Amino acid sequence: MSNYAYVLWIPLLPLLTFVVLGIFGRKYFKTSAGIIGTASLLAAAILSFNTAYHYFLVDGKVNGVFQKIIALQYTWLSFSPGVSVDMGIVIDPISVMMLMVVTSVSLMVHLFSLGYMKGEERFATYYAFLSLFTFSMLGLILSVNIFQVYIFWELVGASSFLLIGYYFSKPSAVAAAKKAFIVTRFADLGFLMGILILGFYGGTLDIGLLIQKLTSNTSPEFINITSASFLGASMLTWGLTLVFMGGAGKSAMFPLHIWLPDAMEGPTPVSALIHAATMVVAGVYLVARLFPIFSMDPTSLTIVTYVGAFSAFLAAVIACTQTDIKRVLAYSTMSQIGYMMFALGISKQGGEEGLGYMASMFHLFTHAFFKSLLFLGAGAVIHMVHSNEMKDMGGLRKLMPITHLSFLIACLAIAGIPPFAGFFSKEEILMAAFHSNKIIYGVALFTAAMTSFYMFRLYFSIFWSKEAAHHDHHHGEGTWSMKLPLVILSICAVGVGMIPFSSFVTSDGVALETHTDLMFSLAPVSLTIIAISLAAYLYKTQNQKPDQLATAWGGIYKAAYKKFYIDEVYLFITKKIIFPFIGQPIAWVDKNIVDGFVQSSATVTAKISSSIKGLQSGKIQSYTLYFFGGIIALSLLFIYIWK
Amino acid sequence: MMINNFFILLRQELLISAIIFILLFIKLGKDRSNESILHVINLLLCLNFAAGFIPMLEGELFNSMFATSKLVVLEKNILNLTIWIISMQSYAWLKTHQHVIEFYILLLTSLLGMFFLISSGNLLMFYLGLEMSTIPLAAAANFDLTKRQSSEAAFKLIISSAFSSSLLLLGISFIYGSTSTLIFSEIPMHLIYSPLQIFAFILLVSGFAFKISAVPFHLWTADVYEGAPVAVTAFLSVVSKAAVLFTFTALLYKVFTPMASIWYAILILLSLATILIGNLFALRQDNLKRFLAFSSIAQLGFILIGISGSSQQGFSSLVYFIIIYVFSNLAAFGVISLVSAVTGKENMNDFKGFYKNNPILSWVLTIALFSLAGVPPTAGFFGKLFLLMAGAANGNYWIIAFAALNMVISFYYYLKVVKAIFMDENEAPMQTIAIPTYPKVAMLICVAGIILTSFVTFIYDYIQSLSISL
Repeated sequence: MSNYAYVLWIPLLPLLTFVVLGIFGRKYFKTSAGIIGTASLLAAAILSFNTAYHYFLVDGKVNGVFQKIIALQYTWLSFSPGVSVDMGIVIDPISVMMLMVVTSVSLMVHLFSLGYMKGEERFATYYAFLSLFTFSMLGLILSVNIFQVYIFWELVGASSFLLIGYYFSKPSAVAAAKKAFIVTRFADLGFLMGILILGFYGGTLDIGLLIQKLTSNTSPEFINITSASFLGASMLTWGLTLVFMGGAGKSAMFPLHIWLPDAMEGPTPVSALIHAATMVVAGVYLVARLFPIFSMDPTSLTIVTYVGAFSAFLAAVIACTQTDIKRVLAYSTMSQIGYMMFALGISKQGGEEGLGYMASMFHLFTHAFFKSLLFLGAGAVIHMVHSNEMKDMGGLRKLMPITHLSFLIACLAIAGIPPFAGFFSKEEILMAAFHSNKIIYGVALFTAAMTSFYMFRLYFSIFWSKEAAHHDHHHGEGTWSMKLPLVILSICAVGVGMIPFSSFVTSDGVALETHTDLMFSLAPVSLTIIAISLAAYLYKTQNQKPDQLATAWGGIYKAAYKKFYIDEVYLFITKKIIFPFIGQPIAWVDKNIVDGFVQSSATVTAKISSSIKGLQSGKIQSYTLYFFGGIIALSLLFIYIWK
Repeated sequence: MMINNFFILLRQELLISAIIFILLFIKLGKDRSNESILHVINLLLCLNFAAGFIPMLEGELFNSMFATSKLVVLEKNILNLTIWIISMQSYAWLKTHQHVIEFYILLLTSLLGMFFLISSGNLLMFYLGLEMSTIPLAAAANFDLTKRQSSEAAFKLIISSAFSSSLLLLGISFIYGSTSTLIFSEIPMHLIYSPLQIFAFILLVSGFAFKISAVPFHLWTADVYEGAPVAVTAFLSVVSKAAVLFTFTALLYKVFTPMASIWYAILILLSLATILIGNLFALRQDNLKRFLAFSSIAQLGFILIGISGSSQQGFSSLVYFIIIYVFSNLAAFGVISLVSAVTGKENMNDFKGFYKNNPILSWVLTIALFSLAGVPPTAGFFGKLFLLMAGAANGNYWIIAFAALNMVISFYYYLKVVKAIFMDENEAPMQTIAIPTYPKVAMLICVAGIILTSFVTFIYDYIQSLSISL
């Protein structure tokens, strides 16, 4: 079975590239770094597709069920018997699917960057970082051990920090990188605690074993973890919710989403890689990976559902008002990931009930292609007009025909117009929602309409609206290496929806029969078309209508434009509550009591003996006094009070 | 038979004494250049470290006053390695110093004291070892002869340690008074939880807490660390702490086992206070030596949590963390001491834009800080993780959550330094600093240590197998 050992080369190739480019890049491969990086990734992508072919079509299926294959496993550190950190490679439907997504999107980004980043001074460093990121992401998806997930999770965080902060001479980029790092680190803290809880009760860190032990109602581990409770919730709920917190941080779910829009300061191809197809879906992947355990605990799944649905809705509202094209895309990503999350949340394990799981993975798959296409298209536009603002664009359709066409395809795909990819996956999600929770279905439907509205607002503002301003045309639409990925991804954005996804990736490995119901599709599609027409009416030509609308909606528009002041709330909490109420008292105690005490003892000393004052600076007495105080306090506590 | 045992079991102590004598003879002989002396010393220390790997016997000497085991040998080897690294790192500073040999004699005498401390099987031996390790250090702290701060540091160190050891002695005499024995293996039978014994125990703990600078017994640390030469600071913060921690833990686990519930509570109290205060103060520091001093206080809090797990895992996580801590802390001190020896700069602001002219030093410092902060996959992460896991054995999750939260706070200040090095603009960044061979070797060992300790499974397994015997 484990003739999949060669899969090891898929993450190893980018790692090697990183090492080579990182060490020698600046000296020897100043210009050829891009080619080297792209070539090695091409090899990795070919291997991934080969794996997918073999797994899905040749030998992955045994008795109609896709097997979970451990291709490699090596025990790295063992804490105690049974609990160990292993490094290994797992082959199952979702990891193989993610392999394809990550390598192909990363390949497209490598290719696109050849033209986009040309002439950058740290060109080799850029490719080294890209390779490092790709390696970490691949390591993450292939993990067999939950701790391996965590290690690569952190590596992904660190390498994305490097990529977002790539333009390190730009203060805003540095600030954004820092913000992303800190917010996700905070979330990772929850993740780590979740891992420890699950590991402690489950008695293992191996994902397969953990799932086995925590999904049977009768196992001692399951009884322990569900009977132990803390603040009214079982430890299982705590463990899973904390793990989800880590996932929510990386996947930019409310309220941990604030880093994502700022992270757009990085180079645009980086956004296409990190913020469209790979890192941000890591949270979804994590929940999917542990889904059998999640499905045992309705409480944590409910949290996943509502956080997902709320994020999807909130982000869509904000996206309608943003004027920076990359920020619109960032919020749209957040919204789509919210879709994937709640689809997981409403799903159950196995069979027909597992529709949500399958739909979520399907959407993850299709979204990766059309969203990276959107980002790369935006990159091409930004490359041309040297601005991120909508008002500097308009009428570009004639200047950049290929970009225009591919962008249109991507917009149609994300809006969910048949037969583009997004239609199929979104349809499955809506279907799953319709069958399990009508409220969520309503939110999802409304969000879908808003999605098509803001996407076409973006499209019309960039490519139609006013006549093209006089731009600096010397690079035209960019090199072939920039156009080729757009074309390839456009084909994917049209085609991948046709894949019979449900026969490959499902919650239990058994193929699921799905059918597209025309009557069911009527509502979402017609709403979408109405929303697109509205966008066309408002933004196709330059006019006063959008401004009037904004004025009419006054408060709401402004609130959404300001992203509902969530950043401000965080700032308020840190600056107005944490600093003054926790930081300042400590500073006050320090300044007035500690220093004051030292000061007064210094003056006393000065009076007694001014000659040695300088030497002792009056502090040593207070030191011994504290020392003595410590002993007395401990003695009182332990002899009289605490028995 | 007795003589044979004497030479075999005391081998490590005898080697150190031999080096001290060799140094004395060199001093008595004709004048030699500092450089040639340093070559000889570094070679001797290297041989001394290598000799530690020759297998040793286990056994006791002098009516069980002195005991040695595989674990003890490992601990002494760690210290031998540490002093060798420190010696190589201080090359740039000592090259021009007038009293190189005296400096080494002081450090090695202190090390000898620590060896006896670790091996002690009797409170008297324990006290002698502790004193022998402290007093030479006070003199060594004064070795920046032209700097007033340096003598102030020495003065503070000697006065506060005299204070602490007098209390410690009081504690020891109370214990003797109530149990009528000083031998470790006999004390547990006589411990009966009387207030006098609890008080004596608290006095002992405070003596230890002073040496390892746990809050509120830590106040001397920052001043002494800042004033003393970097080599002495490194010695104080790594070697001395490690030796005392080994002894402290062994004492708690083996001798004061009947009082476990009390010392568990004391450890938790001290560790919470230590982590919190250490972190809060480290946040405000601008001087990098002071910064490392406070951050090492916070590190100590984590160690205390690990020890509180009071199991075989507690001890092995302690030894493992100390190894990592040695490498990480010394790598950081190494860079700072080199920069301070060459340019005299020690402030955070001076390090802005440091990467521009000194990429290698910047990376070394960054790796060290990442490891100290516990960012995976550096060794520091695993060290802290094991400590927390050991601490969690008692089921006290609040403490683990608190410690983990504080880990995040510490990320902030460690990363602040990294940010200054890589990202902050500076119109006049520091010039390129040439790295002499010895410090280069030392840095290489440290960085290799940081990386290897986390990737080589064997090390932790080995420590764990030794801790079983405890």
